[in-house]
Amino acid sequence: MPEPILSIKDLTVEFSTEDGIVKAVTDVTYDLHPGEVLGVVGESGSGKSVSVMSVLGLIPQGRIVKGEAVYKGRDLLKLPQRELRKIRGGEMAMIFQDPMTSLNPVLTIGNQIGEAVKVHNPDSDDAAARKRVIHLLELVGVPYAERRIDQYPHEFSGGMRQRAMIAMAIANDPSVLIADEPTTALDVTIQAQIVEVLKAAREETHAAIILITHDLGLIAELADRVVVMYAGKVVELSDVYTIFNSPRHPYTLGLLNSLARLEGDQEWLHPIPGHPPSLVSLPPGCPFHPRCELSHGRVVCRTDFPALRSFGEGADHLSRCHFAEELAAAQATALANAGNPA
Amino acid sequence: MSELQAEAPTSAESVAAADAGDELLRVEGLVKHFPIKAGLLKHTVGQVRAVDGVDFAVKRGETLGVVGESGCGKTTLGRTVMKLLEPTSGRIIFDGKDITTYGRREMRPIRREVQIVFQDPYASLNPRMTVREIVGEPLRIHGQFRGQNGRQRVEELLRTVGLSPEHANRFPHEFSGGQRQRIGVARALALNPAMIVLDEPVSALDVSIQAQVVNLLEALQKDFGLTYLFIAHDLSVVRHVSDRIAVMYLGKVVEIGGREEIYRTPMHPYTQALLSAVPIESPNQRGKRSRIVLEGDVPSPANPPSGCRFRTRCWKAQPICAEQEPPLEPHGTSSEHRAACHFAEVLKPLELAPDSAPAQPVG
Repeated sequence: MPEPILSIKDLTVEFSTEDGIVKAVTDVTYDLHPGEVLGVVGESGSGKSVSVMSVLGLIPQGRIVKGEAVYKGRDLLKLPQRELRKIRGGEMAMIFQDPMTSLNPVLTIGNQIGEAVKVHNPDSDDAAARKRVIHLLELVGVPYAERRIDQYPHEFSGGMRQRAMIAMAIANDPSVLIADEPTTALDVTIQAQIVEVLKAAREETHAAIILITHDLGLIAELADRVVVMYAGKVVELSDVYTIFNSPRHPYTLGLLNSLARLEGDQEWLHPIPGHPPSLVSLPPGCPFHPRCELSHGRVVCRTDFPALRSFGEGADHLSRCHFAEELAAAQATALANAGNPA
Repeated sequence: MSELQAEAPTSAESVAAADAGDELLRVEGLVKHFPIKAGLLKHTVGQVRAVDGVDFAVKRGETLGVVGESGCGKTTLGRTVMKLLEPTSGRIIFDGKDITTYGRREMRPIRREVQIVFQDPYASLNPRMTVREIVGEPLRIHGQFRGQNGRQRVEELLRTVGLSPEHANRFPHEFSGGQRQRIGVARALALNPAMIVLDEPVSALDVSIQAQVVNLLEALQKDFGLTYLFIAHDLSVVRHVSDRIAVMYLGKVVEIGGREEIYRTPMHPYTQALLSAVPIESPNQRGKRSRIVLEGDVPSPANPPSGCRFRTRCWKAQPICAEQEPPLEPHGTSSEHRAACHFAEVLKPLELAPDSAPAQPVG
């Protein structure tokens, strides 16, 4: 396996609130390899965004308690702001969820993307920057780019704004692209368009992409490997096929099972019971145990915080569950009963 | 109780109700336009045609799903059928009574029968009221909250939606999104309605919680024989809950039919595009689903295209589409399954194929 381009290790981030200390992210460790799409999934409050954004210094209220984030041999968490600013938006670029609020309404689209180009390439003149912006807009599928470059964000629809955001993100040929819920605010048919644009952006830049989302469909569509987060912790990590076909954490399995399907006829959906814990007062032991259908009230789940351990054949599949092996056995039985090992 | 007398239906209305059979709600040619005002004198310079001629009926005890993208008019439709918005024209027949022109006073007994659950469980509950006050408010307004009985009714409602009676003294901010949505459902149930308009009831919730609320809504429907108008953009959830489905585009119903008819044999190009855009459910399906990627955006409802409104994004469009508006009519599969397209034909976008050529849309 090649050297990771970004390596996050033991990252722990806290917020102080009126109610106490919120442990948003605890001991998060994962690697991003060159050219891959790493999906980070979880529900609201799982820490999926904080784990990535704090690395870029974009969570000013958060306190980084410990950890490191090594990018090309340098720990981003120790870099001075000025150095970090050079990397952010250049080699590491972001695509945010809400294109309505992340574009400046009083500047033209061309101005904003042009600024991104010029900040990181101070030598380029206005004409060259403009040409580059038009090229970028065409690349992300904005029609009549030469005309639309002079329009303001309000003249763009939601889908077009998100395309403009992607154009801005890839303006400086980033080696890491961070997409935080890039399709969540969009309609289904527009989502499908943006997925295609993201694929095109990946082709163009060969960037490694961190895709932060709650949408398992987007993960199924784009990710190579997946990090599943719950209550601020990584609970499972593997390649995307393994995550969907043989999940080894009851939370991952629960998420997959709770989806309504487009095929078949289920009378009832299978939700995960209960609701996510408060990050101010996490339950002892495994934070998922109060909702877990595998625990069966076993004591160890209530007392011991499980380690993230490698699982199965390779070292590439990690699960933070005391009884991950039981899921393998259960799946084998289910397959045998169905008589369909495919 | 003068109130009860005022609410008792007249005999003529009862007869009409009997005639309606098992149809609870029918709308005919429903139109809701919003004026666009401009200038110092606020002249009306145009109309946003949010809902522009919609017909459908909902049978007692069934769920009609309404799907479409933002701006298609589905929320306006939901609010207009329960007269939270005054219809511009058309007819609304509820339980055999034409309520289109009903005034405030006449609407009161109807309001008990039709309730609504809103999308955003954070904005739809008053943060200064306790859960008891929120759930009890409809009872109070309709004069049914009387001392101990009222308290008991609220506690019973909370249990019905899976909350505990001890929650009654708390405030909305103490609850998670899923629990808040349960409070909203309890409030909607308070008056024993016949029908509930569910406006994106699970869209704001996390996946694992969505399934809880969907199951709750289905259990309540079974227990109380409720009729649902389920408005949503999530096609998987709509398929799961609905008996029949109406697909809306730019203020019009473009296709309506039974759940399997819409999902397995859709006939309108827009329905086909919408279904083909649903994300795959597993990486195993990568590259196996043909995808119709629509180009361009939805036109403005203030200035919709002539003829068929979908023609500007449709890969099948011909000159006739600009000239004649296609009627919503059956195209051979069944009389219940109707599509508004000059070139309606079945396409199966959800079927997985090893390799497939996506249709080429016209820009």
